[in-house]
Amino acid sequence: MRHLMTPLDLSVEELDKLMDTAEDIKEQPDKYAHACDGRVLATLFYEPSTRTRLSFEAAMLHLGGKTLGFADAGSSSAAKGESVADTIRVASCFADIAAMRHFKEGAPMVAAQFAQIPVINAGDGGHQHPTQTLTDLMTMRSVRGSLSDMKIGMCGDLKFGRTVHSLIRALLRYNNVSFVFISPDELRLPDYMIEELDSHEGVEYTEVTKLEDALPELDVLYMTRVQKERFFNEEDYVRLKDFYILDSRKMEHAREDMIVLHPLPRVNEIAVEIDNDPRAKYFDQVKNGMYIRMALILMLLEIQVK
Amino acid sequence: MGNSDMNTTQHEKYKLNVGKIDEGFVIDHIRPGRGLTLYHDMGLNKLDCSVAIIQNAFSRKMGKKDIIKVETSIDNFNLDIISLLDHNATVDVIKNGEIIDKPELPLPKEVKNIIKCKNPRCISSIEQGLDQIFVLTDAETATYRCKYCETEYGNN
Ligand SMILES: [Zn+2]
Repeated sequence: MRHLMTPLDLSVEELDKLMDTAEDIKEQPDKYAHACDGRVLATLFYEPSTRTRLSFEAAMLHLGGKTLGFADAGSSSAAKGESVADTIRVASCFADIAAMRHFKEGAPMVAAQFAQIPVINAGDGGHQHPTQTLTDLMTMRSVRGSLSDMKIGMCGDLKFGRTVHSLIRALLRYNNVSFVFISPDELRLPDYMIEELDSHEGVEYTEVTKLEDALPELDVLYMTRVQKERFFNEEDYVRLKDFYILDSRKMEHAREDMIVLHPLPRVNEIAVEIDNDPRAKYFDQVKNGMYIRMALILMLLEIQVK
Repeated sequence: MGNSDMNTTQHEKYKLNVGKIDEGFVIDHIRPGRGLTLYHDMGLNKLDCSVAIIQNAFSRKMGKKDIIKVETSIDNFNLDIISLLDHNATVDVIKNGEIIDKPELPLPKEVKNIIKCKNPRCISSIEQGLDQIFVLTDAETATYRCKYCETEYGNN
């Protein structure tokens, strides 16, 4: 029995197969509509994340399965002090697979340790969010045909955004991927990530502070939120925030075939005027997120669809 | 104490007022700043024998180092914890004032319930009855990380 805790739990080959399945589901959804008949997914969400929970539930429903679970800790036995270990033991009696979201880092790993069913990490306190990373990878591959040979710009909070770090680690496994890290000094990539990049021979990366400077050379722009509370004072935030807002004027610097991704929800870092730009792919990500979760459920339940 | 003091050179005498020990062990070459962590994590703070921590001692090799001297048998201690925190530290076992052993420090792949994760955001901070597991993630640098939140031991 397998679980998914981090994106790196899957080899490059497994990831390729998973994305192939997801693409096939996208093209022929009918073929998969009853693949999970009679199966149940438990969504154990200790903190609310409507988008992720709906995506998991939609994935299971589109496979013909059913779902049960809770949407935040307040409405669950966790509020009464039940441990993660006990909760997953109970869920193992009612469901065939579980997706767990928790505000504490490593909680899904604890669940996996005590589960009789496969457990998917649906986000653990900003530590890992593997299905988001898989979604990002699938969208890039879907549009570009491959995950090799590209220059990706990552913009915003690169210091605390550990899902960005996961994405970097996942991309380091492909050939000829170079990085441009775009952030204010205060939110630069941490040293241990720089060391990791340096330890990969031949990987090129640069760090810049202005989005415009990076845009002309990028194949992919990955935007993240710059949260106000990450700054020491209001002044710095006000001074810097506009550098990291993508609008149509900045998009003029970008190539015709560049794509823009964002894990959503956005606040104001991408102006709505860009939503209709064909290069904006962040709403495609939402759909891809469901397909990749469908493929993942099939993989972990070891269901083959002919 | 009295006798061994006679043997020390004038220079050593004025360095720091910690005498040689007759029976016990010395953890030497500890990365500066980690001596106190080791003291607590090994439970040396709970002993009633004499324990000395010297911080930022002069070291030809390292510039500065921490040293811990403990006047009790080493048999009651799990040496794993020393290599978890600082694999470059060394241990001298002392009997009758002489070094009788320099045990090799193990580098276990995984340790259970020896050290605690200090990340307050880690599930291990609230989950009852959970084993505290650390995994060796890089043998070259002797890096151990919490199995759950991946926080590096000793790095906070
Ligand atoms: Zn931890």
